[in-house]
Amino acid sequence: MAEIRIDHVWKTFGKVVAVKDVTLTVEDREFVILLGPSGCGKTTLLRCISGLEQVDRGTIFIGGRNVTNLPPRRRGIAMVFQSYAVFPHMTVFDNIAFGLRMKKLPKPEIERRVRDAAALMHIEELLDRYPAQLSGGQRQRVAVARAIAVQSEVLLMDEPLSNLDALLRLEMRAELKRLFTELETTVVYVTHDQVEAMSMGDRIAVMRDGEILQFDTPVRVYDYPADRFIGGFIGNPPMNFLMAEVTDGRVLVHGTAVEVPAPVRSRLQAGPVLVGIRAENIELSPEQDEGAIPARVLVVEPLGSHNLVTASVEADMVKVTTPADMRLRPDQAVWLRFVPEKVRWFDAESGRALPVDYEAVEAAGHVG
Amino acid sequence: MKHWPWSRIVLHAVALLLLLWVVLPIYLIALAAFSPRDVVYQYPKPLVPTQFSLETMLFFMRSSGVLDSVRRSVIVALLTLVVSMAVGAPAGYALARYIFPGRDTFRIAIVSTRAFPIVILSIPLAVSFINLGLYDSTISVALMHTALALPFTILVTSSVFASVPVDLEEAAMTLGCSRLGAFWRISLPLTLPGLAAAAIFTFVLSWNEVFAAAILTLRNRTLPAHVLSVLNESPLPFRFAGGFFLLVPALIFMLFIRRYLFNLWGRVVR
Repeated sequence: MAEIRIDHVWKTFGKVVAVKDVTLTVEDREFVILLGPSGCGKTTLLRCISGLEQVDRGTIFIGGRNVTNLPPRRRGIAMVFQSYAVFPHMTVFDNIAFGLRMKKLPKPEIERRVRDAAALMHIEELLDRYPAQLSGGQRQRVAVARAIAVQSEVLLMDEPLSNLDALLRLEMRAELKRLFTELETTVVYVTHDQVEAMSMGDRIAVMRDGEILQFDTPVRVYDYPADRFIGGFIGNPPMNFLMAEVTDGRVLVHGTAVEVPAPVRSRLQAGPVLVGIRAENIELSPEQDEGAIPARVLVVEPLGSHNLVTASVEADMVKVTTPADMRLRPDQAVWLRFVPEKVRWFDAESGRALPVDYEAVEAAGHVG
Repeated sequence: MKHWPWSRIVLHAVALLLLLWVVLPIYLIALAAFSPRDVVYQYPKPLVPTQFSLETMLFFMRSSGVLDSVRRSVIVALLTLVVSMAVGAPAGYALARYIFPGRDTFRIAIVSTRAFPIVILSIPLAVSFINLGLYDSTISVALMHTALALPFTILVTSSVFASVPVDLEEAAMTLGCSRLGAFWRISLPLTLPGLAAAAIFTFVLSWNEVFAAAILTLRNRTLPAHVLSVLNESPLPFRFAGGFFLLVPALIFMLFIRRYLFNLWGRVVR
């Protein structure tokens, strides 16, 4: 049982607040991603969990045990570093055996566990080599094998794939995901790559400026971003944001009224509101469409399975996905219609999501 | 053959000149040190070896006081090595690993101790040593040499430790090591060659140092101090052989630690 509970943790470096009052619970055997742009405090938070960094305030529990003041070796964790941190003066075997020898396990047990870990990472044939004789990808595998060999209940990973080239990264991503399902350990995984976060994690904690903005499943983070920043950070292309005006219960996007589902209407107040919509939730029509938003095609990017169209609505840019067979040319006039229940509503000033009950919106379906 | 631009030719010429400036005296000293007595006295001296002989070197080694002073020099150098590494290496580690208030000032302060000429420091130091009763002894010279060597020991070891990524120690700590254990198992084995170089450098520094040694001792002189004091009344073979004998350790060790010196200078400039 290794649930991680982080309770009101603060960490500052001089005047810089790296982690600001973070509270987070990672369930036992859960795979949680800490996601955010560089400098958001995700690595610092991970290092606080590992004990390599002492928190200024707050408490950290691992498996119900208060580890706040314990050194890393007493926390029951293993960690994979961005730089791999493979010991250059030891063979691959000795690297993987390092943690086991520190635990003073009997020799045959060490031998067995090293071979198991190496087999899991497909590096059995490299055990006698030195790190200098390995490629980056192989070193990465050694680093992971070394961490899983100690069979700790918590595994911490600090951007483990960011130093690999693109192809290798894809391969390792799938492999690590398979590995963690097999191992049944609690994993906290730091990355700035939103694709990695979406595809691997059970839940994603999106961080910015030392705070957790949203902590939810990948699908919910994608579909219901808690903040304009998250909508723009997660998903490729990012969510479209348009300023709209609420007047007399109608919502005007650049002068065109858009459909507003009933549960949303009660949340809107007269004045500006920020409308967020994903590219795949916009219907684009090359023919004049009464009630749709007029736009102009800027760029068409054919992506094989579909096309990505960038259109301008007045001064705003909107990304729309269209079927691959729809022929469009730049500067063509088009009309955009937002799928009403897929529109997300944000406070125009703070960028925070309005407290809309989207389940009720979806249950109501198309409401005119 | 490729045509070389003028700037390259000039650069190489200057480099060659500098090289000769350093190598030529060493060559001449070595030549004389391994020539028989009569060749040493010849004039003009031959520029190529004609006869190899250990006669001159043996004459030097058998001169009165030389062996004693060699033994003393070795003891002083070893003491200097041990004390300055014991004090300097931890300081170097701290400089390499931790960011603490006044870190840069400390770095500069270390170097600035060498900004004062030893000649200026020597009188008050001699007075202090006499007050402490630490004069004319190997200990006093060793302490003095430690003070002189420490800036280099600290800066060299700090650059050596800085070459080991912090990640490695941290990885060891997550795998069951204490901070000290991580140092012992990871950093120390990785830095051993560099630390050895720093130690040897300290040794050579002490071995070659003459001024402090000459001031602080009267009867118990180290080799350079001894050679210096008898230089004027000693015959030519003695001078050549002594010069060569003093030169050799420095030459060998400089060759060995070159890499770490470059590293050190690279860091100070940054």
